[in-house]
This record gives sequence, structure tokens and C-alpha cells, in this order.
Amino acid sequence: MGLFQKKESAPVYTFLVGGQAGDGAREAGTNLARLVAGMGYEVFISVEYPSLIRGGHNFARFSFSAEKITGDYQALDAIVALNEETIRLHLPELKKDGKIFADARDAAKFPGAFGLPVVEAAKAVGAPPIARAALALGAVCACYGIDLKKLTAIFEEIFQDKAGKNIELATDGFDYFKENYQPVAPIALLKKSNKKIIDGNEALAEGMIAGGLKNYFAYPMTPSSSILHYLAKRAHDKNLKVIQPENEIAAVNMALGSIYAGARTATGSSAGGFALMLEAMAFAGIAELPIVVADSQRASTSTGVPTRVGQGDLDFVRHLPGEFPRVVLAPGDPEEAFLLGGAAMNLAWKYQTPVVVLLDKYLSENAVAIDLPYNKVTAEEIKLGDGPNYRRYQLSADGVSPLAFPGQKDTVVKINSYEHDEAGWITDRPDLTKAMTEKRFAKMSGIIKERDKSEAIKIYGDKNSDNVVLFWGSVKSPLLEALKHTRRPFKAVQVVWLEPLADGQLTKILKQAKKVVGVESNFTGQLAGLIREKTGVAITNKILKYDSLPFEPMDLAKQLDAFFR
Amino acid sequence: MLELSTTAKNTWCPGCTNFFLLTALKNTVSDLIAEGYNKDNFVISAGIGCHGKLPDYINLNSVISLHGRDLAAAEGVKLANPKLTVIDIAGDGDAYAEGIEHLVHAAKRNTNVTLFVHNNQVFGLTTGQATPTSLKGYKGRSTPFGTVEEPLNPLLLMLASGASFVARAWSQDMDGTREIMKRAIKHKGFSIVDIIQPCISFNDTREFFKDKVYNLDAGWPTNDLAKAMEKVRENSGKVPCGIFYEVNKETFEEEI
Repeated sequence: MGLFQKKESAPVYTFLVGGQAGDGAREAGTNLARLVAGMGYEVFISVEYPSLIRGGHNFARFSFSAEKITGDYQALDAIVALNEETIRLHLPELKKDGKIFADARDAAKFPGAFGLPVVEAAKAVGAPPIARAALALGAVCACYGIDLKKLTAIFEEIFQDKAGKNIELATDGFDYFKENYQPVAPIALLKKSNKKIIDGNEALAEGMIAGGLKNYFAYPMTPSSSILHYLAKRAHDKNLKVIQPENEIAAVNMALGSIYAGARTATGSSAGGFALMLEAMAFAGIAELPIVVADSQRASTSTGVPTRVGQGDLDFVRHLPGEFPRVVLAPGDPEEAFLLGGAAMNLAWKYQTPVVVLLDKYLSENAVAIDLPYNKVTAEEIKLGDGPNYRRYQLSADGVSPLAFPGQKDTVVKINSYEHDEAGWITDRPDLTKAMTEKRFAKMSGIIKERDKSEAIKIYGDKNSDNVVLFWGSVKSPLLEALKHTRRPFKAVQVVWLEPLADGQLTKILKQAKKVVGVESNFTGQLAGLIREKTGVAITNKILKYDSLPFEPMDLAKQLDAFFR
Repeated sequence: MLELSTTAKNTWCPGCTNFFLLTALKNTVSDLIAEGYNKDNFVISAGIGCHGKLPDYINLNSVISLHGRDLAAAEGVKLANPKLTVIDIAGDGDAYAEGIEHLVHAAKRNTNVTLFVHNNQVFGLTTGQATPTSLKGYKGRSTPFGTVEEPLNPLLLMLASGASFVARAWSQDMDGTREIMKRAIKHKGFSIVDIIQPCISFNDTREFFKDKVYNLDAGWPTNDLAKAMEKVRENSGKVPCGIFYEVNKETFEEEI
């Protein structure tokens, strides 16, 4: 087996902005990322914060490149430090020629660091501490030859009438750097770009809106909460009802009521909150209510590590109580979150059954610069009925009964969590119990057709290789970056549809493969287990990470090279 | 009168007091349709229990949801389409045990839904266990030596939670129940009617309540929260029925 020939990749820069919680490091990092995105670079931003409101170490790290970039790297070209701890924590990650931007007092302890009057200048202009980062960002512009106007334009856009002090400080930082230090090789302007910085949760929310979302009811739980926040912010301009009720049980049951009344409605949570919704998921299954649930996984188990990365809930979400068709989709990046958010809405409503979109902290909160493909998602038509002879659970060959909603003229719509007859009345008749179970499962053939029309499995890397790497969800980010650096060829297979699994396609891939490894952010290798269950093929080699941190591309590349050696 | 019956087979015990409540509800809905309410806009939500079979017996839009979640489902229906007339019927197990958080919050947010609690102080469908409103000492299958807990006062809880319409009815008084039901449905905002109901199989309180229930005076001031709270706590050995409290407030659906 020869070495895999790769073309030279464009250089990747990685910047980190850190500080204690409350310093505005994440916002400053995102603004800096926005700046380079506006200059035509591809950007990937990750945020890291502990489950504390103030005091813990917080940072935003972003990698950018002229070429498509799907994940961020640990090796740093620049550290923008809003406190001394940031430098101490991240110095080992700084490249040899990497730069440090910090307040003069902190910088003095690190030879070569650019000391800046961050604290002093903020006091002088009477800016709140959270605005201090602006001075450092101004200095970054001067150092890398970036037009300061591009930064001040971002401040104007983001902070609006509060931009004044930020602009003043950025200008001070820019001038101070020019007077005291030498710039380095400039970051060139590639092209003007208006792409938006969007994270996985925002993209999912946009996808659901494009798929016809009308109402969203949810109780906060990290890392799903920003779906609720984002939709709440958009409630007025998108004519949505976004409500935070007393708990997850209320959220999902209100959603089912709302769906019965005809409104496309979704909810979201993380495993603990989703666990509270399970009884209602089974209700949705038997009553054929098209509910969409976003489950964003956190690290470890139970309350776990709320703000960190894990993929421990796949087994859980696909094992909803009872027997009924369900769909589980796992996007791997914001664009997929958008597309699958829309697809989830349409699948749920066309087949009148629950759909779960499984995300995780890495996808939910990490962002890219992107134009979302709005032209690819619409609220698709569904089968409707009405009139005095309407029966909600009318038997049909494809299992899909026409939908009607309360308020339609001369139409009575009855739904039921009990087994029921065609009219929706309670039954315990064995023949009806059997017929209704078969009716619900008849919908699977339509769902499977949808799966086979979709990219249920996506393949990257060397498509002819007999080395196979299997993964799902946000592992996509570091894995596709690792692909740029591995020396051995492999075929990287992303499983997007977890339920129903594309078992035929996977069996073919696995039968042809010589060496197979699963890469997952969990302890037990749940995707490998699912594939074995559905295809009979055992995947015994696994690269698993369950320390709450995401895979790092270079580190993963080394592990894959070692495996395929 | 409009025909609201269905041909579904009725599985309540012969002589069950739910037959009275079904008739009272049908009559109430017929009265309202005669007054101009649109039949197509009625939605009956129900929990799980003997009361929960009622939707099968009334030819209106309906949701038989989950035990204790009927009110949350009803709130969702109302939010999605505020034009609908949403009536939730629940057992005391649904409303005061399994789903009590929804009860408190529905009252707090003044959702424009009407709740009729079929309060028979026992779990009938599961053949006789204590509920939150069972009297202390009630001997059921899960409490063979008698419950040791004091019963909950649901109407006091509702007044404290901000309910804008709080009433009690006695199932054996069909006309009185029908009148209160009608006023509750017409009320804009969250209305609750706690309907005391004997369970002839597991908690037959017909004799117990017969001489204890009485109606509030015609001149009862329904806008006085302190008086209402005092009245629903009455401990005279008598059980007042009627509308204790009724005020107008903005509804959740109007505000959201």
C-alpha cells in the first residue's frame, strides 16, 4: 500500500482569545473570526467555557484558511490574552513564531509578548471591562496588516449604539502597536465576503423555520438552550410562538397539543431533559403526531460535564419506549444541521411520526462562516382530509392517513394515546390492535424511500480505499481536518441517518473493506453497536474519546496513521 | 338539541356518576352552540382514568393524552389556535398528583383553557387507590391500613396560583353543574371547576356528601380573593359549591 498522495493544503492560522468568564473573550474571538471571514477566509470557531457564570477560564479559538475548513486546531499562531492565566494555559500550544497580545503587566512576564495598555486605556476612556478586548483586537489588526476600518465596521454592526468605546479602544490599540512594534507577514485580503457566522444550534433553528416551524416550546438545558434563545429572538419577525414552560414534560406535551391543532412545533433538550419526554414520545408514536426533538448531547453521564463534548446518547434516543417508526438524524456541521432541521420537519409531517435530531455541544455551539442553503429547504406538502366522514386513523396501504385539524368545518378530529380504531376511539380489539400497529409500520417504506433519496451516508477521503473509518455527528469536524494530514489513505464514512440506518449500503462498504475503525466520542462505541445490530458486521477496532474534549485533528491524524500502518 | 352522542360502546360501571357529568357537558356544549359557539371549534382534552373515556362518548374534536398531561396538551392546542374552545377534563389523579405542575402553571399564566376535574378522591380505573384528595384514613388497595396523609385543598392551591376562575360543583346536582360549566367555559382565562363525584365502586360518597353540600349565596362576592380563600378552607363540616372567585385578567395567549 503506497503513501496517499495529497495536494498541498493552504496554510491554516489559529487564533485564540481567552479570559475569565465575564471578560467577553468568546465575543471578542467571534468578532475577530467575523473579521477574517469578511476578508474571504473559511473559518471554524470553537468556544470553551466551564459551567460557571463568572470566574472560570473561557476562550474562543478559531482556525481559518483560504480553503474549506471543518474544525479548529490546537497549535496557535496567536493568543489574545485578557488575563495572565490565558497565557499560562495556552503557551504550550503556541507555535514557535506565535504571537501573544496581552495587557502590559501580564505580557512583561513572557518574553516576546506584545504588551498593550489594555486595562489603562479602558479606564482612560471609561469603558466597561468587557470592552477591553477591543484594544487588543485593534493591535491584532496592526500586527497582521488588517485594515482597522473592517474591525470598526464589525463593532458598529454588532454593538450598534454601544460601538463608540470599542472603536475608540481599537483605534488606541492599533496606533499603540504601530508606534511600538513591528508588524509581521500580513494576512491578505482574499475577497469581500458577507457570509454569516452561524453555529450548529442557530443553523438547526433556521432549518426548522425553513421547514415550516411555527412553535417551539422548550426548557433550558445546555447545550440545547441556544436553540431556544435564538428562536425566542426571532419570534417576532418570523411569527413564531416560543415558550419556556414549567419543565420538559410540559414542553413536549404542549408541543403535541400544538401539533394536533395544526402547527409545526418542535422542542429540544439534552439527554436529561429528553429522558423526561419519553412517555410523550411514545404518545406521539401511537397518536401519529409529527414531533421534532433536538437532542444536544453533553459529555459524560447524567448532569455530566454540561459544557463539553460527548456522543453518549445514541443508544438512548433510538430506543424510545414502545414500537413505532421513528427517525434519528445526526448532522455533523452547521450546514447539515440546517438541512436536517428542515428535513426533520418534513419527514415528521409527511409520515406523522417523531423525528429526533441528535447534536452535541461541539456542533451546537461551534460556528462557521456560511451562507445557509435556503433554496434547498421548504415546508413540503402533506396529505390532508376533512368532512363529516373524516377518520383520523383511516387505514391505507402506505400507512399515512390524511391529516385534519380541529376547527375545520364539519370535521371531528380525535386522537388517542390508547390503541384506537380508525375514528380514534379506544379499542382493545386484537384485530384492530394488529391492524393499527401494521398501519404505523407501513409508513416505514415511505421513510426508507426518503432515506435512500437523501445523503444517509456520506463518503470522504479516498473512495476506493479498503481502509474504512466510520463516524457520526460532530466527529466530522476534526476527522475531515485529520484527512488533510494523514499519510495513509482511507475512506471516511459519515452515518447521517442513524434510524432507519442505511444497512444495505453499509453492509456493502464493510464487506469490501479490509481494515475498519470506528471513531466516536463515547466509551462504548455506540455507532459500532448499532451497525452490528443492523448489519451483523462487528466493528472491533475503535478510536474512542470520552474525556469531554473533542478530537484534535493532528492528534486524530496520528492515531489513524498508526492504525492503518 | 344537537346530537353530540357517538356509537362508541360505553364501558363505565352501570350507575357511574360520569354519566351525569357526560350529560351535563353535552348539555352545556349544546347550550353554548345555541348561543353561537361553533361546534367545530370545541376541543376536549382528557387524561387517563375513568373520566378519560369521555371523549369517545362525545362527538367533538378530542385528545386523549397521557395521565397528568391533559392540561399541558390542552394549553398547546390553545396556543396553536386561540380560536378553539378548549375544555380539559381530568381526574384528581391527573390534575392533583401526576400533573400538578401543569395545574399550578396553567393558573399562573392564565391560559384560556377550562378545566373540569372529576374529583372522586380515588383511582377508579386502577381499582381503588388513594389520591391526593382522599380523606385521611381512606383504605384502598395500596393503603390497606388507611392513608396517613391529609388531603390536598386544590381550590386553595388554585387561588394561590393565580387562577382567574375557581369553582366547585357536585356531580349529583346536574343543573348546578351545568350552570357552573357554562360560566367556566365562557370565562376568559384559566377556569377550574373541582367537581366532587362519588365513585360507586371504590369510594361511594353519595351519602357522605348528600347533606354536606350547599350552594354559595346568590350575592357571593366573586371578586374578593381573601374571602374566596377563606371560603374554600371552610371547615364547618359543610361543603360549599359554586363560583368562589372570578376576575378578568389578560390571558397567556393574548400576551404571548
